[in-house]
Amino acid sequence: MTTIMAYDEALDRFEPVLGLETHVELGTASKMFCGCKTTFGAPPNTQVCPTCLALPGALPVANEKAIESTIRIGLALNCSIAEWCRFARKNYFYPDMPKNYQISQYDEPLCYDGYLDLEVEGQTFRIGIERVHLEEDTGKSTHVGGATGRIHGADYSIVDYNRAGIPLVEIVTKPITGTDRLAPQVARAYVTELREIMRSLGVSDVRMEEGSLRCDVNVSLMPRGSSEWGTRTETKNVNSLRSVERAVRGEIERQAAILADGGKVVQETRHFHEDTGTTTSGRSKEEAQDYRYFPDPDLVPIAPDPAWVAKLKAELPELPSVRRKRLQAEWGVSDHDMESMHNAGAIELVEATIAAGAPAADARKWWMGELARRANESGVALANLPVTPADVARVTELVASGALNDKLARQVFEGVLAGEGTPDEVVAARGLEIVSDEGELLAIIDQVIADNADAAEKVRGGKVAAVGALVGGVMKASRGKADAARARELILEKLGVSG
Amino acid sequence: MSAITRDEVAHLARLSRMALTDEELDHFATQLDVIIGAVAKVSEVAAQDVPPSSHALPLTNVFRPDEVRQSLPPQQALSGAPAVEDDRFRVPRILGEEM
Repeated sequence: MTTIMAYDEALDRFEPVLGLETHVELGTASKMFCGCKTTFGAPPNTQVCPTCLALPGALPVANEKAIESTIRIGLALNCSIAEWCRFARKNYFYPDMPKNYQISQYDEPLCYDGYLDLEVEGQTFRIGIERVHLEEDTGKSTHVGGATGRIHGADYSIVDYNRAGIPLVEIVTKPITGTDRLAPQVARAYVTELREIMRSLGVSDVRMEEGSLRCDVNVSLMPRGSSEWGTRTETKNVNSLRSVERAVRGEIERQAAILADGGKVVQETRHFHEDTGTTTSGRSKEEAQDYRYFPDPDLVPIAPDPAWVAKLKAELPELPSVRRKRLQAEWGVSDHDMESMHNAGAIELVEATIAAGAPAADARKWWMGELARRANESGVALANLPVTPADVARVTELVASGALNDKLARQVFEGVLAGEGTPDEVVAARGLEIVSDEGELLAIIDQVIADNADAAEKVRGGKVAAVGALVGGVMKASRGKADAARARELILEKLGVSG
Repeated sequence: MSAITRDEVAHLARLSRMALTDEELDHFATQLDVIIGAVAKVSEVAAQDVPPSSHALPLTNVFRPDEVRQSLPPQQALSGAPAVEDDRFRVPRILGEEM
């Protein structure tokens, strides 16, 4: 049983230092060094050829689009682009690569020395980017036998090489200090921002659940007041944004307990467990890391033409952080509201709703209020709710025209989310339109006044505040379909009081 | 003095998952020492102004366009495998580490 120290106490005593290694599978049509397809989920070993199976005599040739995408990623992360660099062989004996080495880059990454600025809870953090390099992904092993389906205790393994050779970009941060208590949030914000940058560049589909974006989290602690870094651990394969946050937090709590107890943190790889949010020990680093890198003689050096790099730089799309600043100014919302929308994944939805004709304030109100609440309740991402920005825009239009009030609008959303159709279909099917027929409304008002003689008397006697009970009665009797403001006017008129 | 020790050969053998006997370790240490000694002669003639080279040809930027080409039929891809299961390469138990 691993002991942990409560997060707040851990942070009172120690300062965390983070390092994040993120792997992004590029969305090229073909693999890094051969023409095999890269489709996710294809039947096993149907996307393999002599090159990616390492059959004798096969030679790799680099995919130009993958080189281009990597340079664009480097530029988006404010990196310098190497004038000249090489691929290297990373040698290890493991069946996920049939060559017994992985083609990667060693001391000559394609992109180096950049940064990424993040806003977290009103503070700006500049995350240094050490390097962005290009390599090939490995095959997928399945371990057969043993209790847990994991390697330990397995009888043997079976390997699918469809993924072997898919271009994989590795993005490595410099050590991240000064995050203090926000370390878990900063780590999450970093991966979130990287994912958005990849999307805006169109270089990867960045689906963490399919493994096209994977994160390894390095954490170490140093005692407060010290400037000497502690021993770090590397937690592998953290496969959701939430898990990035939990893995950092969990490692801080675990390491703090060891250090506080006078123990030593072991430098090792750890595995994150989604179900418990904790990590367990993997292999220790010392014995595994002897990769004997050397330049791959089969692949000639890369020397990107400066004119090409300049052109790629000039053609970069508007990056997510710049776009958010622009939208924030256009919408006139506070930093805090913008950050909330960003964290909720609402920015694109709000933007599309405005594009469909809704006022900015209304678009934000519905997505961040009613719809965010419902997404939360059902545990799905806002973007995955079965309601479109056009639906939201239509509802705001119906409210603005007086056909719906907010209460009815919420019922419309309930219907849309339940699959009852478009907002107009839900309004028609559920009969949700505001009662605009004054005759009908007056009849309801007469009944309510008769049923609530006490309240009516108070209003007549000058206690105008008591009208609330009557308006409430009208709304109830009309099942929410009355226009509350109009009902109030009519009640006061009837009782001979001016509002 | 030898350039490569017996311990280094044992380390390399472990990395390559090769079981070598004590006699083999001695044997290979001697052989590898001779090979490394021969290659080391290059550095005797390479002066400071000669940069180390990794490639025989003075080429850079040999790329292919991102175009899909026919893969092998799976039966053919798996035909050289010592063991196959569920259209996958079956490999012996992997010891000691987890990835």
